[in-house]
Amino acid sequence: MKTILTEIQKRILVLDGAMGTMLQQYNFTEEDFRGQRFKDYPISLKGNNDLLSITQPDAIAEIHSKYFEVGADIIETNTFSGTTIAMADYQMEDLVYELNYQSAKIAREVANEFTQNNPEKPRFVAGSIGPTNRTASLSPDVNRPEYRAITFDELRVAYKQQVEALIDGGVDILLVETIFDTLNAKAALFAIEEVKEIRNIDIPIMVSGTITDASGRTLSGQTVEAFLTSVSHIPLLSVGFNCALGAKQLQPYLKRLARESNFYTSAHPNAGLPNAFGEYDETPEQMQFFIENYLKDNLINIIGGCCGTSPAHIKAIAEVAAKYQPRKITIETNE
Amino acid sequence: MSRYLTLSGLEPLVVTPESNFINIGERTNVTGSRKFLRLIREEKYDEALSVARDQVEGGAQILDVNMDEGMLDGEHAMTTFLNLIASEPDISRIPIMIDSSKWEIIEAGLKVVQGKSVVNSISLKEGEKEFIRQARLVKRYGAAIIVMAFDEVGQADNYKRRIEICERSYKILVDIVNFPPQDIIFDPNIFPVATGMEEHRKNALDFFNATQWIRKNLPYANVSGGVSNVSFSFRGNNTVREAMHSAFLYHAIKNGMNMGIVNPTMLEIYDDIPKQLLERVEDVLLDRRDDATERLLEFAETVKGKKKEGNQVLEWREKSLQERITHGLVKGIDAFIVEDVEEARVQSKKPIEVIEGHLMTGMNVVGDLFGSGKMFLPQVVKSARVMKKAVAYLQPFIEAEKDGKVQSAGKVLMATVKGDVHDIGKNIVSVVLGCNNYEIVDLGVMVPPEKIIEAAKRENVDVIGLSGLITPSLDEMVYLSKEMERNEFSIPLLIGGATTSKAHTSVKIAPNYSETVVHVNDASRAVTIVGNLLQKDSSIYKNQIREEYDIFRDKFLNRSKTKEYITIEEARNRKFKIDWYKSRIIKPNKLGVQEIQDFDITKLEAYIDWSPFFRSWDLHGKYPEILNDEIVGEQATDLFTDAQQLLQRIFKENLLQGKAVFGLFPANTVNEDDIEVNFKDNDYKFLTLRQQLKKREGKPNFALADFIAPKETNIQDYIGCFCVSTGFGTKELADKFEAENDDYNSIMIKALADRLAEAFAEYLHKEVRTKYWGYATDENLTNEQLIKENYKGIRPAPGYPACPDHLEKVTLWRLLNVEKRIGVKLTESLAMWPAASVSGYYFGNEEAKYFGLGKITQEQVKDYAKRRKITIDEANKWLNPNITT
Repeated sequence: MKTILTEIQKRILVLDGAMGTMLQQYNFTEEDFRGQRFKDYPISLKGNNDLLSITQPDAIAEIHSKYFEVGADIIETNTFSGTTIAMADYQMEDLVYELNYQSAKIAREVANEFTQNNPEKPRFVAGSIGPTNRTASLSPDVNRPEYRAITFDELRVAYKQQVEALIDGGVDILLVETIFDTLNAKAALFAIEEVKEIRNIDIPIMVSGTITDASGRTLSGQTVEAFLTSVSHIPLLSVGFNCALGAKQLQPYLKRLARESNFYTSAHPNAGLPNAFGEYDETPEQMQFFIENYLKDNLINIIGGCCGTSPAHIKAIAEVAAKYQPRKITIETNE
Repeated sequence: MSRYLTLSGLEPLVVTPESNFINIGERTNVTGSRKFLRLIREEKYDEALSVARDQVEGGAQILDVNMDEGMLDGEHAMTTFLNLIASEPDISRIPIMIDSSKWEIIEAGLKVVQGKSVVNSISLKEGEKEFIRQARLVKRYGAAIIVMAFDEVGQADNYKRRIEICERSYKILVDIVNFPPQDIIFDPNIFPVATGMEEHRKNALDFFNATQWIRKNLPYANVSGGVSNVSFSFRGNNTVREAMHSAFLYHAIKNGMNMGIVNPTMLEIYDDIPKQLLERVEDVLLDRRDDATERLLEFAETVKGKKKEGNQVLEWREKSLQERITHGLVKGIDAFIVEDVEEARVQSKKPIEVIEGHLMTGMNVVGDLFGSGKMFLPQVVKSARVMKKAVAYLQPFIEAEKDGKVQSAGKVLMATVKGDVHDIGKNIVSVVLGCNNYEIVDLGVMVPPEKIIEAAKRENVDVIGLSGLITPSLDEMVYLSKEMERNEFSIPLLIGGATTSKAHTSVKIAPNYSETVVHVNDASRAVTIVGNLLQKDSSIYKNQIREEYDIFRDKFLNRSKTKEYITIEEARNRKFKIDWYKSRIIKPNKLGVQEIQDFDITKLEAYIDWSPFFRSWDLHGKYPEILNDEIVGEQATDLFTDAQQLLQRIFKENLLQGKAVFGLFPANTVNEDDIEVNFKDNDYKFLTLRQQLKKREGKPNFALADFIAPKETNIQDYIGCFCVSTGFGTKELADKFEAENDDYNSIMIKALADRLAEAFAEYLHKEVRTKYWGYATDENLTNEQLIKENYKGIRPAPGYPACPDHLEKVTLWRLLNVEKRIGVKLTESLAMWPAASVSGYYFGNEEAKYFGLGKITQEQVKDYAKRRKITIDEANKWLNPNITT
């Protein structure tokens, strides 16, 4: 069987694009979000995209298929908010295991179908692990800088549950992404290591941070190099960046990361910066141009898109990625 | 990843071969900085943060944070302070060193730092299993580690032990834990040189060689250390110390040390060290000549002062008379005091003037230095010794003149209350006040209230100070405050001692007495407080105190943290459950009572826990680290040397007797909370108390009875109990020292006897586990590795957190026939006499653990009174501190 570890040495792997942007096209109503099962749910569920894996599974499978059709190697599960912490907004903490399990299962089935049709291009599923809506190293209350709305242990427990469900559902990779606060990510990594130890398994981990603005730092204040240092204690498949910036703005930080990192590098930038209406309007051609600059500089092993990207963007990215060699890393040997 | 140690705060720190020496900032350490400790204690976090900021601005590349102090909730303090640092980008840009001897505090710190920090420290001290567990967690949290050259046997103090322990630690970390070798930082122990002790000669050289060996043989590992320790024997001579630090660093860095703690203000530039001095310093550091130490000492004198031909004259002996007297008092040197005082007497009109003039001038300097934190308690007690010697010399002259008494600053009555025998703290306060020209009326220990009242009236004292260590003493103090009110006293009352607290003082004592009541738990505060109380117009100060205590009391009584308690029945349902049908119960090899009459106490030396010894002298920190502490290290080292001297004398001259009695008996738990003991066909019953605090699901409510099989299981279980004492001879020795005006050694002997008693308890427990009971021998036989684990079983003592009920001692005394067999008595408050005694139970079950009872409700008090067959009032009296309010 072809594994991600052998494929990544051969070529640049393509990650899928946005899930949310695609879902908007379906114009799902409150009733659609609720489906039969939650028709009497006491609070509004519209906007709970993760829930659609249960109430509109065909739409989710269809979006996964579209990305695979245009050449993606890896798709992300629809589980960005799949923790008890993020699901508290919808009072759906008890549903977390099922949400993650179902999402993983849908993605797994679609991936298996594509792999079967073309065994030469195996497809992979990355379990998406979002940052939650709370930060462990920042206080939400300026008058109480020592206060924290969430602790490491609370995050660790929540992430552990998500990780177990994703693995049970059949993901190939775990993707800790959109990291605003490195301490949240460290709690996720801690939880993953616990699950690995208990189940005596190994599973590749991708880590993807978010540089929030032109200061070149994460929301919690770390530079690119400090961020890399802070997550390097765990054996990772890749470290990279996603979200917040467009491909063009992200390039200098990717350069710094690729220079320092001994892991593979990944990037899934937004389709440019949002316009005055909060929409992403960078065209697939424009994005392709910026991404090609990454490839010329030999910065990349895994490339995809975040907010505002569509199958058209991924198609353009996949075309250009096929023309370049992946970045080589010096594998650390224990002498 | 590169194979260099890489750390991060908001920014990265990469330690490459090209990096200069990495300097660790260490003022944010409560064990090293009194100021920082005070700021944290008083929760002045803004100022505490500015200490951190100063360190970063001053060039620290890593910030060491330590919250190890008995009075602090270390985990809370660590979490809060690191959270605050996280919100200050100019501080959190550098990596944090999470420094604690407690794993829980380290883990609390690891949970709040987003960067890659350094854990300081772990070691093989507690065995391989714990070492591996901690290292695995550190790795998972994503931090580097400092590994101390310390193993199950102790701290490495020579080259061979250093490299052995470091290599063993390295192999475990790299091969078993899979720890990245570049994330390992060894601390191979920097110890003082030129101490005059033969075995210290190679201390620096061994460190250099060990460092070199580590860097050569343990790939990618780093080396760190605290540099100032090396020059301790030259304290006071900064020229030499600075040269030593700089030369030491030069060689250490050359041999591969790449980070450490150095005070930049105590560092000479290597090339600027005068040639002659450098040569001698390096002779010592590198152990190049047999007479290296003497040559450096000799040279040090020339740098410090002049030398006269022939007999050496100390520089300070050439100063003016007053300066010499002051110097003698401040430094605690009594060799010349009689000579100097005689000179002063001849010069003065009246001998009394020497005390009021020369000596008081000197003692005022001592008082000022102490008050400003520049002198420490043991030094002050030594000063007092010199003072007493001087006064004793002058006494006959004063009496011959018959010109009356010295004008004292005030008269203070000091007493340890009825039923209590502990007086180390009281004596220290007496000495400190005495130094400050207060006349002390010391009534000693076990003083009944009527005697205190009577003496206070007769002596017309200005202040009364009460002390006590055991809980029943609190009631004595309450009683005394009422008596003082009834007798219409108008003088302040001071409360002190280990069990006393501001809370108890303000809630239970102050309301009884219209005059001022103050809680003083720190000898250094006693002088200021008494001074303020006795100043001419003290009404403002007194009102302030009264107000402060009123507010404190209101706050305490209305504190929002009201805890929830469950009924005793519910608590019993939630008892700690042992599966008795699977539990391994071992019948003791030898049942019944045994006694040891003439125990060879020299065997106890290795078992002494020194940290509490330093605490009794107000020096806070952990032994042995305290000896090298930046602030109190010198004092601690001095004190330790004196203690060792006396200890060796005790051993050699057989000055203290050790006695013990212990028994092992069949026992079963009955009626949930009682333990029935059968001995010689008599039944004895130990009554245990059960935690009633409402706890999280799954957390049991403990009572000691949970560790013994219930009778209804039909499984025969066992219990042990013991009493040890090393106090026989203490009083005689202390009296003798006092007669010689040597309070310092009088306090010292008591403090040492206490330590020996604890050591004896530890020793006997081991003997019981491995021989007399023998449940631990099996473990050794079946699995050698288990030796390295912490021992199984506990030895809780009545009057301590697991069983605060002192009345249990009465049962224990009956069962073991303690008084008759070894002569240890119980006072009416159930304190043991001699004071240096320890008694308690042995629980052998491997699931037995220490816990604190916490508070219990009136419901359990009633139930207990019934079981104890005493009135509810009596039960309330004995259990008072543990009853919910």
